[in-house]
Amino acid sequence: MPATPENDIRKAKIAVRDLTMAYDSFVVMRDLNFEVATKDIFIIMGPSGCGKSTLLRHLIGLRETTRGQILYEGEDFTAADPVQRRKFIRRFGVMYQSGALWSSLTLAENIALPLEENSRLGPKAIRELVSYKLSLVGLSGYEDYYPAQISGGMNKRAGIARAMALDPDILFLDEPGAGLDPLSSRRLDDLILRLRDSLGSTVVIVTHELASILAIANNSIFLDTATRTQGATGNPTELRDHSENPAVRLFLRRGEKSETPSKSSP
Amino acid sequence: MPPEEPHPPRAHWSREGEFPVLEISGDWLRDGAAPVIAGAAPEQAPGRYLTDKLGVFDSTLPAFILAHLRRVGHPAAAVAVEGAAPSLEGLPPSLAGLMRLALAVPEETDAHQNSADIPGISKLGGVSLAAWASIISVAEFIGQSMLALGRFVTGRARFRPRDFWVVVQECGAQALPIVSLISFLIGLILAFVGNVQLANFGASLYVADLVGIAMVREMGVVMTAIIMSGRTGAAFAAHLGSMKANEEIDALRTFGFDPFDFLVLPRLLALVLMMPLLTLYANFVGIFGGMLVGAAVGIPPVLYWNETLATITLTTASLGVLKSVFFGAVIAMSGCLQGMHAGNSSAAVGEATTRAVVASITAIIIFDSGFAAIFTVLDI
Repeated sequence: MPATPENDIRKAKIAVRDLTMAYDSFVVMRDLNFEVATKDIFIIMGPSGCGKSTLLRHLIGLRETTRGQILYEGEDFTAADPVQRRKFIRRFGVMYQSGALWSSLTLAENIALPLEENSRLGPKAIRELVSYKLSLVGLSGYEDYYPAQISGGMNKRAGIARAMALDPDILFLDEPGAGLDPLSSRRLDDLILRLRDSLGSTVVIVTHELASILAIANNSIFLDTATRTQGATGNPTELRDHSENPAVRLFLRRGEKSETPSKSSP
Repeated sequence: MPPEEPHPPRAHWSREGEFPVLEISGDWLRDGAAPVIAGAAPEQAPGRYLTDKLGVFDSTLPAFILAHLRRVGHPAAAVAVEGAAPSLEGLPPSLAGLMRLALAVPEETDAHQNSADIPGISKLGGVSLAAWASIISVAEFIGQSMLALGRFVTGRARFRPRDFWVVVQECGAQALPIVSLISFLIGLILAFVGNVQLANFGASLYVADLVGIAMVREMGVVMTAIIMSGRTGAAFAAHLGSMKANEEIDALRTFGFDPFDFLVLPRLLALVLMMPLLTLYANFVGIFGGMLVGAAVGIPPVLYWNETLATITLTTASLGVLKSVFFGAVIAMSGCLQGMHAGNSSAAVGEATTRAVVASITAIIIFDSGFAAIFTVLDI
């Protein structure tokens, strides 16, 4: 089949076309164009306050686009009516910045709730699934704890377990590594890689943790606050070494201007 | 070591050819004397500093210098260019380092939010637009609640029955102690005040009529509604508000749950169900309070009870209960509305709670006046 742009859109898991994001009349970012392929680990990065989380909220339909399209496997998400939109959303798993576990439910109930509502499984099967999901994130035995009784890092991991509850096609993670100690952060990276490899999910991550970005991502978008549009897209390691945009190179080198590549390349 | 004599902080502006010179001396400390500034401050950044007599200093000194540099508007863009930054010559290295750090990123002049610059007419416009927007949001919320009720009636609304029963417990059984206390005291007060007047005419027995009618028509339902606004309406607003701040409501949406069905509907149903029961209970407790006063002033309880039963017709008794259904809906909706529309911070949750209580108490009084007018016209 000849590779036309039309075919690229069909192949891409997520395709964003000319997306403009705005709060009322204040434009956050304009003319965003990028694609995420199946099984990509895609990073949304950029300086604080550049609109990374806002872009994520657009992708999962929590904010309306001002202009432009978001396509999932070629199907238009932005133009979908509420019923169609629910079908899209059912394929997503989302972990929020704070974990956003429902505070009046235990960890087990947090994971069980989406399963009870979206499957025909019996209580026993659900219990087994819940303890399997918790064991994937290293939280076996914490089934009956409330979110307020466990640490911030554990909340984040439980948030990931809940995001994976329905075996999502696409996993969205909002700053999974922020506030974690280096070892937990590293374990989280491993977890994301293993989940991608074994479940075949596509992963979209908002983060500015350089070590994580360079260790796990194979694709990314850099949002530039100065120009209010995308600074670059592509593999972060290549962007660090060869990007034409100096802001991107500086960001990925932690502000160091020297051309010596750092040791953390995968 | 003897305490050193403090040196008063001084700044002295002078001129040396093209550029001003700033001489700084003394100790610049937060809890020291206020600095004495000699000479007129020029409209230019100093070309050189004299700091030979400078003693110890804390952040007050760099803040003073930075304020001057910002005021004279040193070319912000030029700072990025090496060598075009304002001169720091003569400053001790530690101070020069701090100044370089403070000047590294130019001031974002657009970022200042100074409300004093906004003319009065646009403030008025802002207030009017906000008022209109809040009317729209209330209307939208009522509409969405009705749709959710419709989905509930047709069996398509999804929420956990357990959530509903938890809310029923919180706004039903757990509210009994406070409702008992308040309505008992209200009955007591009504009876005392009534007896003072009625005893003049030797008509103390009619205290029973007074307390009975006042409780079942007005006081029972209004006091219960006000208690529930402060207790349950506030709790709804705080709970939903903190769920919103913590992105828990977003999480519901992304799992395909309708937050309306899931959070608002069980609260609305529970309160609409519990308010009539609480009102009936409050009526009985109030009448009991009146009965105690009656016994104290010589009306036997059996007589008091019979007099009460003779006065209160089924119509009178049902008026209060009818109103309580409306009040329950008002309290639940204003609590949930403010919670769902709260901002994303802990301060916003507090504001939402306050607004919920104020709005529901106001609405209860307004609705009650409306009901009074309607009942008068209908002659019941």
